[in-house]
Amino acid sequence: MSLFEVKNISFSYGEDLIFSDISFSIDKGDVLCILGPNGTGKTTLIKCLNGLNEADSGEILINGKNIQNLSFREISKSIGYIPQSHIPSFPFKVLDVVMMGRAPYLNLSSTPNEEDEEIALNALKVLSIDHLKDKEYTNLSGGERQLVFLARVIAQQPDVLILDEPTSHLDFGNQIKLLEIIQNLSEAGLSIIMSSHFPDHGFLASTKVAIMKDKKFIDIGKPDDVITEDNLSKAYNIDVNLIEHNNGRKVCIPLETDLKLDQDLFKKD
Amino acid sequence: MDSQNKEVITFLLLVILPIILFFASFLIGRYPISPVDVVKTILSPIFPQLKVSQTITTIVFEIRLPRIIAAFAVGSALALAGTSFQSIFKNPLVSPDLLGVSNGAGFGAALAIILSSSNFLIQILAFVFGIISVSITYLISRAYKAGGILVLVLSGVAISAFFNALISCIKFVADPQDKLPEIIYWLMGSLSSVTIDKLIMITIPFVVGIIILLLLRWQMNILAMGDEEAQSLGLNPTRIRLLIIAGCTLLTSAAVSISGIIGWIGLIIPHMARMIVGPDNRILIPASLSLGASFLLLVDNISRAVIPIEIPIGILTSVIGVPIFLYLLKRGYSEWS
Repeated sequence: MSLFEVKNISFSYGEDLIFSDISFSIDKGDVLCILGPNGTGKTTLIKCLNGLNEADSGEILINGKNIQNLSFREISKSIGYIPQSHIPSFPFKVLDVVMMGRAPYLNLSSTPNEEDEEIALNALKVLSIDHLKDKEYTNLSGGERQLVFLARVIAQQPDVLILDEPTSHLDFGNQIKLLEIIQNLSEAGLSIIMSSHFPDHGFLASTKVAIMKDKKFIDIGKPDDVITEDNLSKAYNIDVNLIEHNNGRKVCIPLETDLKLDQDLFKKD
Repeated sequence: MDSQNKEVITFLLLVILPIILFFASFLIGRYPISPVDVVKTILSPIFPQLKVSQTITTIVFEIRLPRIIAAFAVGSALALAGTSFQSIFKNPLVSPDLLGVSNGAGFGAALAIILSSSNFLIQILAFVFGIISVSITYLISRAYKAGGILVLVLSGVAISAFFNALISCIKFVADPQDKLPEIIYWLMGSLSSVTIDKLIMITIPFVVGIIILLLLRWQMNILAMGDEEAQSLGLNPTRIRLLIIAGCTLLTSAAVSISGIIGWIGLIIPHMARMIVGPDNRILIPASLSLGASFLLLVDNISRAVIPIEIPIGILTSVIGVPIFLYLLKRGYSEWS
């Protein structure tokens, strides 16, 4: 039995089919990176995996249990989630935001105790951002805020962490740092599912890569087997060269297309 | 301001101020009572050997005490409901009548006034219609699936306007000699007709409402992060929001049923409290409770003491509330940017 198993799920908004027949499974410590062009339904898929959307058919099993039969609270003990974007709310302190990760373990009428605070502080320390604990989370940079949400998930202690485009609001350097953190978390035993725009990310932290295109996975497997020039061309409709850097890491180079716009576009008489 | 100073000021404002105001308020009114007499009268039920005159006992226990308790109750209820609504709707410009409770209650009261003018009926119908209007708002938003908060707020606007139209209808048909002024006076808001009986009637909804909001105050923080995040943290956002709306509606309806419509408190007190203690509802909720109580009692004292004719308190809270609101705006309150 796998830790997290998805069997033939499909989802549509009304008549509009978003994806169908998606299956995969991951085990403890796996990192699955879901690649695919804009608008293929990666976010919708991600929201099915953590129970925010309900799949029309198929099953999603966490530790062998179908998430449809679990309460939000039970799901949240096993699955942590960081959304793609966050609309800033009231200027809560960083420590208070991280402490929200303890909600799955507290009943409705209680507030976090010292032990929860200890766990939250520890999560901040793991990511070396404990110096931010009294800052307002709304005043942080995009990179710092992403770390705060990661700390919240660490305090939540799930088995699986699902991230929707975790690097999309981060600068060049912070993207790599975040992927390294993801790799470290997976080595510590957390299983991770993330979506990404960048095929390179598939080589950086993942044990598994899936490519989503035209409402389904066109390929899934080890990064080296899936991230191929052929698959990338199919997914993104451009030609791609894979080059091996001298440290052994592969990078994807998108090739120029012959796109030509009308040159008279901005001509003023 | 260093943090220790800030703690002292917070303590003075939220703990000492209401206590001082409570005792000081017994001194205000047409019949002068000395501070010593006030203390003696209040202690006399416990220590019967203290001798106080019957007149003073009557004034303290039957006139001034109910009014002070009413100001505390109404002020804290409106402030608490305002703070809770602002948190769960993620919007600092929301006030407790967002979902139509005030106009619903206003309609109930106006209806009762043209039917009989019995104080009991006015209070009951105001309370009941306050709850009915919010229930309609909520049911409409549930009927339109996948609308979420926006549909809830917009149906609140619609239901509010609907009950406002009904109030106008009643005003139009009401006898202009006695009924119409009574309706208008009620809608302005006043604490002058509060009695012990009226207070006893709101005890249960008031206490239940406060308990719900106090218990769920930490969950309000999580709800303020958005529904998806709240759900991924194990909360059922729809259910918790319903509970909080129910708590707020009990409180606001109870408050409006004894005082009429008193505006601005539910909007400005949450902001003042947030400036003093920050946005964490674990502290903010009790803080707004205390601050709302003090504020309304203070304004009520002004309305009784400043000029010989009593000004309806709803007018005063608006007159005082607007400049405070503008001042808060000028302070460049970061949330409003």
